[in-house]
Amino acid sequence: MTDFATSQSRGRTAVRGDMRLILLMVVICVCYAAVGLRMGVLALTDPVEPTLARSGDAGRPVRGDIVDRNGQLLAANLPGWSLYAHPHEMKDPVLVADALSGVFPSMDRDDLIKKLTGKRRFVWIKRPVSPRERQAVHELGYPGLHFGAREIRIYPAGRTAGHIVGGVKAEREGVRFAEFVGSAGIEKHFDARLRDPAKAAEPLRLSIDITAQAAMRQAMAAGIERFTAKGASAVLMKVKTGEIVALASLPDFDPNDRPEGFRGAAELNPRFNRVAQGRYELGSTFKVLTAAMALETGVANDATLVKTPPALKYGRHNIRDFYRMPKQMSVEEIVVKSSNVGSARLSMMIGTRRFKDYLRKLGFFDPSGLELSEAARAKPLLPERWTDLSSMTISFGHGLAASPVHLAAAFATLANDGRRVHPTLIAGGTEPDKPGKRVFSSATSKRMLEVMRQVVVRGTARRTDLPGYEIGGKTGTAEKVRPGGGYFSDRVISTFAAVFPTTEPEYVLIISLDEPTDRSGPKPVRSAGRTAVPVAADIIARVAPILDMRPRLMLTDDEVETLDARLQ
Amino acid sequence: MTRHGIALLMLSIIAIAGWAYNVNYNTKAAIERVSTLRSEIAAEREALRVLKVEWAYLNAPDRLSRLVGEHNDHLHLVPMVPGAFGISAAVPFPPKTLEERQNEEVYTSVYPRVGGIPVPVARPVPGAAPSGASAVGRDRAAARAVTAAWSSE
Repeated sequence: MTDFATSQSRGRTAVRGDMRLILLMVVICVCYAAVGLRMGVLALTDPVEPTLARSGDAGRPVRGDIVDRNGQLLAANLPGWSLYAHPHEMKDPVLVADALSGVFPSMDRDDLIKKLTGKRRFVWIKRPVSPRERQAVHELGYPGLHFGAREIRIYPAGRTAGHIVGGVKAEREGVRFAEFVGSAGIEKHFDARLRDPAKAAEPLRLSIDITAQAAMRQAMAAGIERFTAKGASAVLMKVKTGEIVALASLPDFDPNDRPEGFRGAAELNPRFNRVAQGRYELGSTFKVLTAAMALETGVANDATLVKTPPALKYGRHNIRDFYRMPKQMSVEEIVVKSSNVGSARLSMMIGTRRFKDYLRKLGFFDPSGLELSEAARAKPLLPERWTDLSSMTISFGHGLAASPVHLAAAFATLANDGRRVHPTLIAGGTEPDKPGKRVFSSATSKRMLEVMRQVVVRGTARRTDLPGYEIGGKTGTAEKVRPGGGYFSDRVISTFAAVFPTTEPEYVLIISLDEPTDRSGPKPVRSAGRTAVPVAADIIARVAPILDMRPRLMLTDDEVETLDARLQ
Repeated sequence: MTRHGIALLMLSIIAIAGWAYNVNYNTKAAIERVSTLRSEIAAEREALRVLKVEWAYLNAPDRLSRLVGEHNDHLHLVPMVPGAFGISAAVPFPPKTLEERQNEEVYTSVYPRVGGIPVPVARPVPGAAPSGASAVGRDRAAARAVTAAWSSE
């Protein structure tokens, strides 16, 4: 029984072994057939080079365009070339180096010889190369010089929008591509958005109006020349949305040829953006905010009279006014006549806690939130220990340094019916339909606009009263901080913060001049009313028509009659 | 029968082979065409990009204002100023035709002229002649005031 069983199992094993052999043979045959077939196909068909699907651009790094609010191109990519060399293909590297230093005057001949006679089989010569330079190199006709395709980031508006767009640097570079990474401004802030392939087709639309921007920049440059200032900064903002229509800081730079490295004071570096990055004591412009807080908290109203004796003593400190002031002043007079003492007293009536609260709500405790990489670092400089004296000095703009964008946002908030405005560079604003948080009441906003109008009609800013634009605002002349402590007496930052038109506010303009001097009179004058104010008038006269704002003349019947009689 | 069948089969094989040959080459041609078109599209796109940048560069406000300055002898252009805005009321009425003048005589008996300012014939004056300046008068005075204010600058 057992024997039979074993023999049967042995027979089954033999059959299985045969099956395995057959299977193995079949597999080998199939493999050989496959190899043979493939060889046949390769031998019989024409060789085809792998084609590059160029329209797809898959895998190539992308970077989206940037346009202004009207669709004008501010940043784009252009196809360009880079020049590299294979020294081992050259007959006479020294001759090539000679010729190349003729084409590129900026390149050192000895440096090139060292590069081309070295052991390396691949060296970069120059990137990027302009079409004209490429042609010149072609005309040399030496072997061993090669061109690689490479995108160039280009800024057609040049200097005009330099501080806004910022710039890029090439991070990964190959023969066929270069990957750009934002290094400043909008390019850096929106780096991820611009590099996102899904959004490459849709340009990033800014709130900037490049024509208005150019006009403002020209007016500022003229102002710098007229008042021999070291620099200027200006920002024009829409009151309702916080959109920045123009933003310029002089001196500036051409983003197509970004200057690298700078020796000297950081503030004089053309790459330093005074508007977003600079922090200045903004002087008497803060009196408007102090007065608004006083009205809002109810510690003062139109009937309140504040005592303004010659000086206000606080401990060892004396707060003085520069001009003789009346014994008692209303809130409006304090702003119009710009009384430091009156302002300091108002801040004490408000109380340090509430005063700080309002400044916080107006955004003076945080970076401005503007979409420039520089703005994120510009947190206002606050006093380390906030005493009552700090509140007093800050009430007239000393002791707190903030960027002009901060001031623009605060003034826009006051003008926007008291609702908080956040500055933005994106067209349409970031949250167009959501009204901002209320900081001041409607009544306070209205009253302060009237007060600011009075500053222009009969106060320190008379030189900006353009007929028909109902400009209101406040001047501020702040002495610059001396590095060792204390203040310079002959170096000032003069600022003018304007709102127009005051009956229906549309725009806020902040203009600051660094160390201006008006030498047209017998004595040099540095006050904002004589420097920043006329420049602001120039800017508004140039920019308002570009933004399609008509001068509005509102005349009473009597005025019409007298004008009519005089003009006929 | 079988011979006929075989002949038919061979003919159909030849026909199908011919058809397959054709399709094969048509497909290859189409693939080639697609790739040429693709590279053409890519080239056009690139050209478009270059032209767009060039357009933006040529229209850069700074460049335009520099050119205007260089060619000031011929162009006499000035920056846009607020005084450049007009008011429709400041546009003079066209001189009247004879027919209109005749009609006017009829109308003025019904609608009196206001303060020496010509009222359009077809526009009725509300009520009697106003005591001060009319709406039209105010507009014109405002227009003159704007012009005067800005021309004195």
